[in-house]
Amino acid sequence: MSEYMIIDGIKAEINGEKNILELARKVGIEIPAFCYDPELSIYGACRMCMFEDERGRLEASCSTPPRAGMVIKTNTAKLRKYRKMILELLLANHCRDCTTCHMSGKCRLQEFAYKFNIEGVRFPNNACQLSPDHSSYCILRDPGKCILCGKCVRMCNEIQSVGAIDYAFRGSKMKIATAFDGDIANSPCVGCGQCAAVCPTGAITIRDDADLVWKALGNPEVEVSVQVAPAVRVGLGTEFGFEEGTNVMGKLVTALKEMGFDKVYDTNIGADLTIMEESNELIHRIKKGGKLPMFTSCCPAWIRFAEDKYPDLLDNISTCKSPMQMLAATVKATYKGEKKHVHVAIMPCSAKKDEAKRAKFNGDVDYVLSAQEVVRMIREHGIHFKYLEESLPDVPFKEYTGASVIFGASGGVMEAALRTAVETITGQKLGNVEFSEVRGMQGVKEAEYAVGDLNVKVAVVSGLKNATEICNKVRSGECDYQFIEIMSCPGGCVNGGGQPFVDAFKRSDMDYKGMRASGLYKTDANMSARKSHENSAISALYDNFFGEVGGHKAHELLHTHYEPKNK
Amino acid sequence: MIEGMVIAGIATGANDGYIYVRAEYPKAVARLTLAIEQATELGLLGDNILGTNFSFKMHINRGAGAFVCGEGSALTASIEGKRGMPRTKPPRTVEHGLFDKPTVLNNVETYANVSTIINKGSEWFKKIGTENSTGTKTFALTGNIQNAGLIEVPMGTTLREVIFDIGGGVRDGGEFKAVQIGGPSGGCLTEEHFDLPLDFDSLSKVGAIIGSGGLVVMDQKTCMVEVARFFMDFTQKESCGKCVPCREGTKRMLEILNRIVDGKGEDGDIELLKELGEAISKTALCGLGKTAAGPVLSTIKYFENEYKAHIYDKKCPAGACQKLKTITIDPELCKGCSKCARNCPVNAIKGEIKKPFVIDQKLCIKCGACLSNCPFKAIKEM
Ligand code: SF4
Ligand code: SF4
Ligand code: SF4
Repeated sequence: MSEYMIIDGIKAEINGEKNILELARKVGIEIPAFCYDPELSIYGACRMCMFEDERGRLEASCSTPPRAGMVIKTNTAKLRKYRKMILELLLANHCRDCTTCHMSGKCRLQEFAYKFNIEGVRFPNNACQLSPDHSSYCILRDPGKCILCGKCVRMCNEIQSVGAIDYAFRGSKMKIATAFDGDIANSPCVGCGQCAAVCPTGAITIRDDADLVWKALGNPEVEVSVQVAPAVRVGLGTEFGFEEGTNVMGKLVTALKEMGFDKVYDTNIGADLTIMEESNELIHRIKKGGKLPMFTSCCPAWIRFAEDKYPDLLDNISTCKSPMQMLAATVKATYKGEKKHVHVAIMPCSAKKDEAKRAKFNGDVDYVLSAQEVVRMIREHGIHFKYLEESLPDVPFKEYTGASVIFGASGGVMEAALRTAVETITGQKLGNVEFSEVRGMQGVKEAEYAVGDLNVKVAVVSGLKNATEICNKVRSGECDYQFIEIMSCPGGCVNGGGQPFVDAFKRSDMDYKGMRASGLYKTDANMSARKSHENSAISALYDNFFGEVGGHKAHELLHTHYEPKNK
Repeated sequence: MIEGMVIAGIATGANDGYIYVRAEYPKAVARLTLAIEQATELGLLGDNILGTNFSFKMHINRGAGAFVCGEGSALTASIEGKRGMPRTKPPRTVEHGLFDKPTVLNNVETYANVSTIINKGSEWFKKIGTENSTGTKTFALTGNIQNAGLIEVPMGTTLREVIFDIGGGVRDGGEFKAVQIGGPSGGCLTEEHFDLPLDFDSLSKVGAIIGSGGLVVMDQKTCMVEVARFFMDFTQKESCGKCVPCREGTKRMLEILNRIVDGKGEDGDIELLKELGEAISKTALCGLGKTAAGPVLSTIKYFENEYKAHIYDKKCPAGACQKLKTITIDPELCKGCSKCARNCPVNAIKGEIKKPFVIDQKLCIKCGACLSNCPFKAIKEM
């Protein structure tokens, strides 16, 4: 027998919804909230989502489970009055310089102030006097915009288990702070940007480096090349009216050309290169008794995390540079032009900004732009994105395989590596190239494959909390995987901190990560070459430039090493 | 109390008891430590109590003096070593309490009653007090009262009995004005409540609470706006900062109250205080926030005229608010020595030597520096 409750006169069937807020959404009632996010624990602090029961009592809908027979109202005169007061109080303590805020148009506070018709604020405001923290290459924290919803804290602690930020001080002095209230750059922050992805206001945003790139583009003495990561092409379309997950690479290439980039390359070539080197390394480790399990190394936030929290496991991490750094190193090393060469990378990621600055990468990537910054640049340039013709990237870094494009989804690197490793080990062509066990948006995936006479056990993990659990098992010797893929962002780079902002309501209403991932898998399925070693441009690169896979030159340009943070 | 907790342990199957006490109360901590040691020596605590197979250990947890840690979920969080911050309910403490285990959480007074009730029976206990509020209640009687101290009275004892029979009336022959009941977030009661029985039902009817059992007696020289301001200052500092109405709302209420006692109150302030107070009480996450506006709302209810006098006439009827005083020089008594002018930090006093000096009321900040300095007692404060 189904159970019901009555919300605003509507009969709502209860199907295991965790709280009344979610149930109300299903019957078309939007209860306002700041601190609620379906993927985080319940916090119950903003008090916007209260409902009124039959006896006139108020409760928060985010923390009340639906019960059969309950009769509630979500929009009474009393509730409206209190919601307006809460908004007025928040606005009074918020630096309201909306016109110059990156979140303008996407900010939840701005939206509610408008929706609830807040016409004035009766309290004095000093919020704009608080100074932002510019210390990180990845994120920008502006405490004057913070409404203390605690989403960033829950993200950083519950999902990422980094614990870079937490609440400090009491009462109206409370704020979000790092340990000892220092700069975020001197905290354990790994730069994943997931806090910015959930922050409903402009209090945490991805650092913006667009001005530096505009400057390079405007300089006739400089040649500017750019690479575009796989996840960006399925993330950025929504900003221009495309369905979530649509692959808009062709239009993006045209837009970048219009903006003045001299050469547009595809990070996918870097990904194919990574697979060549990484699968070779894996086979080598397995066959020659090297350190196992081997961890992937594409995600710079994971690398920072490991260097800080798992220094004893650094030898387990593949020495391969990330696709971005591999391609950049190759682009810079093969550049023959006369002019000064600036190389830009467009990434779904804020941590890549920090990766590019690492001294051992010699500034191969001069600037990293997140998808968000590129969207703003496209708008600033007056491009009508939707109506652009499609075009292809430039030689010699344009030809890629289906294996590389799936790097953007959790499990993609694993699948791409398996395609090449299995064929290399067995010497036989794979019948089915799809390893569906490692696909999907779950945080932890495991699979076991018989490869020739080897038994290969793999794990795919996204979200650093999940990574912590796997790392602890590896440390204690409780697991016998040979290969583990780790991505910091839940679901992989399709959900990177630098991707266009996804509002909490949209997060609960649709599987945007899954849609972006399936955009990538669709592209892969339509390719004729679906294994990195079938990329003829890559073969040419090895023949003419690198020599052998894993050889001397490859090592020099495509590999790296890691150092414990506190050394 | 220890016995009460052990009994609660037997009843619920708990083997660990925690006492949460402020670190600022070293005497209480020392006494508790001693009591636990003695009880353990006598075999009344620890493993196999009195030879049974029941074991119970007591832990003393010293809190850092946060008022909000009186709230159950903040208290358990604090014992767990986390930030003392209340969380939403459900789940309640009896389902998910300390270390996520079902937890019996009570005040000292409750546990202290347990063994007596078991010894003498619940019928005996119910005979004390009123029908719905049985037993006794301890109050901390302080303020302008002759006999201050901790008292224990049967529930339902009237305010008059407490203040006059036990407390001996207002101190120094002063005149009674009000009593603040229930601690910093309680409300005030006035003369009209003298015959009100102190029990849960009667108090809730007049919008007051027993709360922490504080009873602060105030005489006519007490300014009720200042009382409200003082308590609001306390609660807003003690708010954990988690929920918006409590964190932001109490800050704004305090801001307004500060303005009013400084003589900068504006038309509309009383209404805004009421609006804020109501919104905070109805929407705050925990008991601290829900009751934070109590003192303000109840002083407005019974002493609105005092608020009005501060706001519109810039006068404090009790003569307590320094910033609302007028300081003048009596020209008859002033000898024109200029000592006051030299001591005024804002140069508000002007005059010619040997002629009466005058205070410019627009400049005066009511600091009182001149008052104590006049050798001829010519300066008056009103
Ligand atoms: S960027 Fe990631 S690690 Fe840094 S504070 Fe935000 S969530 Fe935490
Ligand atoms: S920084 Fe953003 S997410 Fe974090 S508490 Fe403030 S408003 Fe919420
Ligand atoms: S998962 Fe991808 S987007 Fe997220 S931090 Fe790692 S590399 Fe960046």
